[in-house]
Amino acid sequence: MSSGRIVAGVLAPHPPHLVYAENPPQNEPRSEGGWETLRWGYERLRKKLAATDYDVLVVHSPHWKTRTGNHVLAVPELSGLSVDPVFPNLFRYTFDLKVDVELAKGLVAEGRAAGLEMVPMENPAFRVDYGTIISCHLANPAWDKPIVAISSNSGHFDYSNEVGEAEMARLGEATAKAIEKSGKKAVLLASNSLSHRHFTTEPELPEDMSKEHIYHHGQYLWDMKVIQLMKEGRTRELADLMPDFIDQALSECRDGCLSWMLAALGHPTYPAEVYAYGTVIGTGNAVVGWHPDAREVKA
Amino acid sequence: MILQGYLVPGKPLPLLAPEKNPAWAELRRGFETARDEIRASGADLLLLYSTQWLNVIGHQIQADPAPEWVHVDQDFHTFGTMSYKFRMDPVFAKAYEAAARARGLHARTVSYRGFPLDSGVIQALQLLNPDNAIPACIVGCNMYADRGETIVLGKAAAEAIAASGRKAVVVSVSALSNRIFSKQIDPKDDRLYSAKDDEWNRKVLEMLGEGRLEDVSQVARDFAAQASGEQRGKAFWWLAAAMGQHNGYDGTVHAYGPLWGSGGAVVGLRPNPAKDRSREFDEGEVQTFTGDRGVLSAATAAPASAPEPAPIAPRPSDPIRADAAPKPVGAYPHARREGDLLFLSGIGPRQAGSDEIPGGPVRNTDGSARDYDATAQTKAVIENIKTILEAAGSSLDKVVDCQCFLIDMARDFKAFNAVYASYFTSIQATRTTVEVRALPTPIAVEMKVIAKA
Repeated sequence: MSSGRIVAGVLAPHPPHLVYAENPPQNEPRSEGGWETLRWGYERLRKKLAATDYDVLVVHSPHWKTRTGNHVLAVPELSGLSVDPVFPNLFRYTFDLKVDVELAKGLVAEGRAAGLEMVPMENPAFRVDYGTIISCHLANPAWDKPIVAISSNSGHFDYSNEVGEAEMARLGEATAKAIEKSGKKAVLLASNSLSHRHFTTEPELPEDMSKEHIYHHGQYLWDMKVIQLMKEGRTRELADLMPDFIDQALSECRDGCLSWMLAALGHPTYPAEVYAYGTVIGTGNAVVGWHPDAREVKA
Repeated sequence: MILQGYLVPGKPLPLLAPEKNPAWAELRRGFETARDEIRASGADLLLLYSTQWLNVIGHQIQADPAPEWVHVDQDFHTFGTMSYKFRMDPVFAKAYEAAARARGLHARTVSYRGFPLDSGVIQALQLLNPDNAIPACIVGCNMYADRGETIVLGKAAAEAIAASGRKAVVVSVSALSNRIFSKQIDPKDDRLYSAKDDEWNRKVLEMLGEGRLEDVSQVARDFAAQASGEQRGKAFWWLAAAMGQHNGYDGTVHAYGPLWGSGGAVVGLRPNPAKDRSREFDEGEVQTFTGDRGVLSAATAAPASAPEPAPIAPRPSDPIRADAAPKPVGAYPHARREGDLLFLSGIGPRQAGSDEIPGGPVRNTDGSARDYDATAQTKAVIENIKTILEAAGSSLDKVVDCQCFLIDMARDFKAFNAVYASYFTSIQATRTTVEVRALPTPIAVEMKVIAKA
């Protein structure tokens, strides 16, 4: 078996608003659109992924919150209705997905070998979190690839951001090893927003774009700084800044997704492709891709 | 009326696996004792506040009349599933929403098939109300809410209960200390994560056992900081506010023990009117929410086509001297700006340039007393103040505080007060009026004000 590899890593935030705005058949609520900048960015990403040969999506989501280790979906098929407990008016989505259990168990084994607490999730009644579903839907609405879903293990972030970051780095390295051993081509999805202070009210019409803007200019400055580092391939500097970014911009990076992915990618030094940046109910969101093969072609 | 209140833990181990650890079984028995008390109370509403149902958009209140699902906990999925079907009180949910809105909170009810109830409320409802004999209502925990907002939410609960005529039991679902083991453990080895957490929990439980709920609410911040309390202690703020913010309860700790390292307790609180309600602590009360809910309206107020605002004229530099006002009689300015406030020196009725005193001086040049008009002097004083305020870029309607000096209170107060009222009734500045033996010039009235700049 040839060696597996990561063919893309994508910062793929999961605001339910983006699915709501799209009106896919799986989602019950109907909308008049909205948040097009981000949605068009996702469209460009999908074109890129359509031209990418890959076998599996590996997603790390902030909304499968665990504190007792890094949990990994390990049930072959899961289906049901996902209702966002924060925005139930926007997201009530019927999902039906397949899990690459072999890779999931490989990840559990690699993580354990690295000294991490890894827990396979084998309960067939489990309801997959809406962050996982939204990021996967936006990257691959056809759902024609299996996924591996990893929980956001906040137990270590409860000690400090630095401890949490270290845990995510080890998990990312274990993920890369598991993929390599699997012989599969994987796309990674880090499902978090950047700055993450929300408005605490909602417009009468949620998609009223005259009401959408960043919550605070300081958040915007942080988001731009982080994106600039991505564009310049300075992801190790980004990793160094991450604890401050988390605190000062209330970043959803605290859930570890981006740090996990950057570590799995080996902290890329080549430029990232920024597909979009936009705000959703005050939070900052960027769709950003790292495409190792494109870098090799350019080189 | 509120019959009783409870604190119960949210980690679902007493429901899912009480047999795996004696402390989990003890907590299960604590739930069962509470269940029996609730049954005997005659309650017709169970109102739950859940620290596991995190809200962003204001405060959500569950209004699905019969939520039904098979739930699996995100962390404790190896312990099995939780099938549920509950009977809720959607009429009360609407009433609670209205009461919360009336106090300035953003609130909404939710009623959607498949809405994911959290493990904490599922455990609480299954163990406290297993036969659905009492309809329930659940309110979520806004992740951004501070003490004030949470207290207002609790007060709204009390109001809605009173207005509805329900006999309610209120329940906060929350851990005490919330540091947990970040790895898989053998359940039989479960213990409090640290001695420090245990010590804090026991202190809080001692206070609750004495019925001192409001005291616990007042120390909730410290407790949460020290023992990693769930959602910064909001469960105590909400429960205390809903139950009236006092210490007049009979408290009973039914059970206490570890839940994966966190502190779990089942505590009952029954109002006791005969008990001393005084508080050991006295952090301020909050009645309505006036927080950051205007973020969206700011965007509405500024349409995209709005012209650029005119540049703001620079403010006169400090200290402030107004040419149109009488000259000071010493080495002081008419006013000084400090931050957003203007502090005026004592201002009399003298006229700029002439130093003439409207209504006449209070004494002749030889020092003998003479008749004068306090009405005219008061009017001139206020007009001078107005002149100085306007020179500083402010105005009389921005006055927030007045200190007034009269040399003869018995003779002049009535006239002074009438003129004052003609200017300040609509402004409603605070005021202090005192009699002084003399003023530096032969005048009867002087005023000193503080105004917004």
